[in-house]
Amino acid sequence: MSTLAPKPTLVTRPVSWRRVWSRRLLIGLVVIYIAILILAPLVSLVWGAFRTGVGPVITALNQPDVLAAFGRTLWISGIVLIIHALGGTVVAWVLVRHRFWGQKILNGLIDMPFAVSPVVVGYMLLLLFGRNGLLSPVLTALDIRVAFAWPGMVLATLFVTLPFMIRELGPVLEAFGVQQEQAAATLGASGWQTFWYVTLPAIRWGFFYGLTLTLARALGEFGAVLVIGGGIQGGRTETATLYIYRALDERDTVGAYSAALLLGLISLILVIGSDLWRRREKAE
Amino acid sequence: MSTLAAARPAPRPPVPWGRWGIRGVAFTYLAVLLIIPLMVILRDGLREGGGELIRQVTLPIAWHALKLSLWTAGVMTIINAIMGLLTAYVLVRYRFPGHGLLNAIVDLPLAIPTLVTGVMLVVLYGPQQALGSWLRDEWGIRVIFAPPGIILALLFITFPFVVRSVQPVLLALDQTQEDAAATLGATGLTIFRRIILPPLILPLISGALLSFARAIGEFGSIVIVAGNIPFYSQTAAVYVLGEVESENRLGASAVSIVMVAIAFSLILLVDWLQRRINN
Repeated sequence: MSTLAPKPTLVTRPVSWRRVWSRRLLIGLVVIYIAILILAPLVSLVWGAFRTGVGPVITALNQPDVLAAFGRTLWISGIVLIIHALGGTVVAWVLVRHRFWGQKILNGLIDMPFAVSPVVVGYMLLLLFGRNGLLSPVLTALDIRVAFAWPGMVLATLFVTLPFMIRELGPVLEAFGVQQEQAAATLGASGWQTFWYVTLPAIRWGFFYGLTLTLARALGEFGAVLVIGGGIQGGRTETATLYIYRALDERDTVGAYSAALLLGLISLILVIGSDLWRRREKAE
Repeated sequence: MSTLAAARPAPRPPVPWGRWGIRGVAFTYLAVLLIIPLMVILRDGLREGGGELIRQVTLPIAWHALKLSLWTAGVMTIINAIMGLLTAYVLVRYRFPGHGLLNAIVDLPLAIPTLVTGVMLVVLYGPQQALGSWLRDEWGIRVIFAPPGIILALLFITFPFVVRSVQPVLLALDQTQEDAAATLGATGLTIFRRIILPPLILPLISGALLSFARAIGEFGSIVIVAGNIPFYSQTAAVYVLGEVESENRLGASAVSIVMVAIAFSLILLVDWLQRRINN
């Protein structure tokens, strides 16, 4: 309040002193809160991983099972990303451009994965695809394994990351409006041409930002893949987060801390990098 | 599905096959990924009837886990509402060195996997760590494997929600009213209470409810910091995991259904609040 627009008159001396001190007090409070709540844990993880030097961290990350776990996380996230890039865009489009009965409820439901516990998500999928699940006769007949295998883990990750694309694209689509699309249609463009040449370029930053949020969330998913993947047993259903959990369980702290640090860094770079990129593009 | 819209005349002359097709794709996608899984849990939880559901939920161990989830989330929500409002105020109204950095740090918890958050807190407050053992020996405070750890983890994860909900509304406030009040002799606190706070109430409630909803089901960080001590630090999500692993389908479904119902009502409430704020 005080520094932005110094008022020429009216403000008497005692009031301005009080303002200066309340300003210092409030900024100090917020900085201390954030330092204790967010920065201290962050720094302590870096310290915990590198306490015995850089060598052990590299050795811990360079194990075949760790690399395989990170690889599995990456390709599961990749599949999720492709499906949401298509499906999320279609849903955002329909929710913004179409009007239909039950739209408000459906629009509210999109945020459900945000609040439903990941454990419950994994359990829902077990009820559908598990050994005694609803779909188990079909799956046995077709010889498809979903639970305790990668398709189940992809489905679980798809559920928890559902809102991000839709929630990023919705406002951008709304703000872009329909005028340019209508102009393109008047000039004879087909629906597909209009989308590809007019709408998509206009919403591309929302699109990319939605993708990075989806990816960051997918990389870190734990509870749902733990349940549908069949717990921590290592092997073919172990993702990066499941590895971290197993390493903690086996009291391999350097391994757990190193992998946690790496996973956190990847997500952080993704989100912060795309945020900076987007801001620069907007400024240009 | 498309018949719902058939009562209205199609807006454009050619039959809008593409329009219906795309709507069908969107509905199918949402049905498969979202609605069907949610319906399945509902069906399974009510399979044995409402009485059995209530019996399973009120088992002492399940009931304690649910209560723990609710009260830790409640304490977190109160702290988060106060500190989130303060942070938003400082970020919007003051300029100081490091302002941009502080603004960026607010979003940090969204980028960090919650399991990693749990690991961080264990490294900082764990019983074998310097700070953790000091807190326990000198002050008698146990953080890890205890409720304070749960609250800390929830505070970390939900920190952006209140800030990012209040910030845009505060930014759009017209400051001439505050100037007028100041000219008339109102003190800073009166101005805040009478002029700044009222328009912020709705976004504040919306952000706080969102963090509460997010916190009820939190698992990744909780399972690391709280462990799994029944009647002490076992939250509802951790309880469900235990019941799934021991193949107690009734217990797992019953507690799951309560959690889904809480999430559902809160999400619809927040959605309604958001629409009121935007209008």
